[in-house]
Amino acid sequence: MNYAKHEHHDFAGASAQALTDPPLQAALARLTDILMAGNRRSYAALADSSALRDHAKRIKEHALAHLDRYLEELEQTVTKRGGKVHWAATAEDARQIVVNIARQAGCKKAVKSKSMTSEEIHLNPALEKAGVEVTETDFGEFIIQIAGERPSHLVAPAVHHTRESIARVMSHHLQESLPDDARSLAMTGRRVLREKFYQADLGITGANFVVAQTGTIVLVTNEGNGRLTTTCPRVHVAIAGIEKVIPRFSDLPVFLKLLARGATGQTLSVYTTIITGARQPGEMDGPEEFHLVLLDNGRSKILGSPFRESLQCIRCGACLNACPVYRRIGGHAYGGVYSGPIGSILTPLYDSVSLNPDLPHASSLCGACQAACPVKINIPHMLIGLRQMQHRYKPARLEDLAYAAWKEVLRRPWLYRLSLRFAKVFLRLFAQDGWLRRLPGPGSGWTQVRDFPAPAKRTFRDRWKELNS
Amino acid sequence: MKVSLMVTCLGDALFPEVGVATVRLLRRLGVEVDFPAAQTCCGQPHFNSGYHHDARELAKHTIQAFANKQLVVSPSGSCAAMVKLEYPELLHDDMVWHGRAEDLARRTHELSDFLVNVLKKEDVGARLEGKATYHMACHLRGLGLQREPETLLQNVRGLQLAPLERYDECCGFGGSFSVRYPGISGAMVQDKAALIEKTGADVVVATDAGCLMNIGGCLRRRGSKVKFMHLAEVLNST
Repeated sequence: MNYAKHEHHDFAGASAQALTDPPLQAALARLTDILMAGNRRSYAALADSSALRDHAKRIKEHALAHLDRYLEELEQTVTKRGGKVHWAATAEDARQIVVNIARQAGCKKAVKSKSMTSEEIHLNPALEKAGVEVTETDFGEFIIQIAGERPSHLVAPAVHHTRESIARVMSHHLQESLPDDARSLAMTGRRVLREKFYQADLGITGANFVVAQTGTIVLVTNEGNGRLTTTCPRVHVAIAGIEKVIPRFSDLPVFLKLLARGATGQTLSVYTTIITGARQPGEMDGPEEFHLVLLDNGRSKILGSPFRESLQCIRCGACLNACPVYRRIGGHAYGGVYSGPIGSILTPLYDSVSLNPDLPHASSLCGACQAACPVKINIPHMLIGLRQMQHRYKPARLEDLAYAAWKEVLRRPWLYRLSLRFAKVFLRLFAQDGWLRRLPGPGSGWTQVRDFPAPAKRTFRDRWKELNS
Repeated sequence: MKVSLMVTCLGDALFPEVGVATVRLLRRLGVEVDFPAAQTCCGQPHFNSGYHHDARELAKHTIQAFANKQLVVSPSGSCAAMVKLEYPELLHDDMVWHGRAEDLARRTHELSDFLVNVLKKEDVGARLEGKATYHMACHLRGLGLQREPETLLQNVRGLQLAPLERYDECCGFGGSFSVRYPGISGAMVQDKAALIEKTGADVVVATDAGCLMNIGGCLRRRGSKVKFMHLAEVLNST
């Protein structure tokens, strides 16, 4: 399978391309409008959504503060129920662990339920290299898998596709001519995937939540593919970031209420699958083996950093839907596995701050993300924090000098007044009734679609005296 | 009551009429206004670009400029949010300045916040004939001022308010964002301008110079008939 090859896109180029792609623009506007309307409606329908979101945040804060304790408890509870816990420090470790499990159990055919964590570690190519056929069973993930693409949204991975392009991709893959109506495409997907479920000997999932108290993993889907993935094959591997742990089973309803609302505006997702260990004696179904891979991949470092709050993310995608930048450029422009506002934090942190210099700046800091987030993560603050961190990774540039010089001016009111006077006289030479139609250099982008105001003839400071006469 | 005006650097240089309207409006409501001349810029551009050291110095400069213990009123949600929300955190580790930052944060109010929540005036006796639509500046979300400006506008005699679709979506300004990614920022402001035109309003009202220069500049370029006004100018009309 042909996965996207470039880890790091040219963000400016990719976003510019997205802006001139009308079908993508239409799809993004439609999706984000629908999901955001749902988000607002369903938060409003709760008695006190703000209090519930604060409550969820406190649970996450507590779980992260005592992460060592809860992870150890989790290992014990999973083991007690016949499961096996694997600790993966890096993405490479995690891939190797899953490949080894498949080898030892003699698995040749895997079905996967949607998992961003498995995308993060680029699991599929590793399994295929080891001779395991992998099929994504979330319909959106299936489409992008056969198209050789990456998800462009946390919960709607194929949002960049249209009915027509899905028909093309599926027709090509299945070598049959499919009509482009949604129902028949869905029925074809169902037919193809049902067969894969029956044949598979390995089921791979992520985990929306992992409960330390009971050793339970919780999967939320709307298609039921999570349930089939965890019941048909004889081996089940779940991969979860260590931050997914919540202390008690009774914490679960808090998050289930918020996840579905944040993601899609649903009261509850269609399928909530709660799995505690492998098949127990006397049980009718469930896998013979259950493995839980707990992934660090940089998370424990983030835990002790100013970006700790990012570990509270429950991957609902609400911040993407709320973001006016995501709405314009879509997920692929961000270049990483995670996109949108939270992706602009996670990609630099999990991947590399110095290799992702553009992402923290890909935001107007409007705060719509934080307002939509079920756990109220202060995403704008973390974006600013990353901007600050970048200054440590690069040599002094013209920009640094400009900001420093500007600051020196602003600290001295007399110099500020003088500079303003010069700017005014100079810029007004080129202005027409107070506005500039074209700016040079870094300002040229601004004046592509809008005029720029020249300083007023008389500043407020100048007019203050007359206000008092 | 006596207040100090924080006119903001954009307000001082680009839209002085907003400051003038704010002073006249406040005086009409019986508030004494002074203008501490040492004020320049709150340092938000430096803070947002990650130059926290520079921002800290400008924060201290601003705190000193407004050290007179009076309430501070600013016709800008953006600069008020910088002072109220960011200064205390920015100076958190400074034994002396943290307390002063918190003091200024408590004393500072965005204009609509001051009018509605401090002066308790939802009707300031303004009159303006025409049809207006309102764009919500992003920092008002951060300050929790989602009701105040509209309440004030609803009480302006002669003014008909037309609802703006996606009224709380960012206009695409974002300071350095608009320079760094003018393509994305430009797409956002063009959508905003189109939605504003769709309302059929004569004027779009906002509470921040950043939004006004961005939206106003775009409306001008489009040759639009829609004018733009700061909330202070609308409320100062009689």
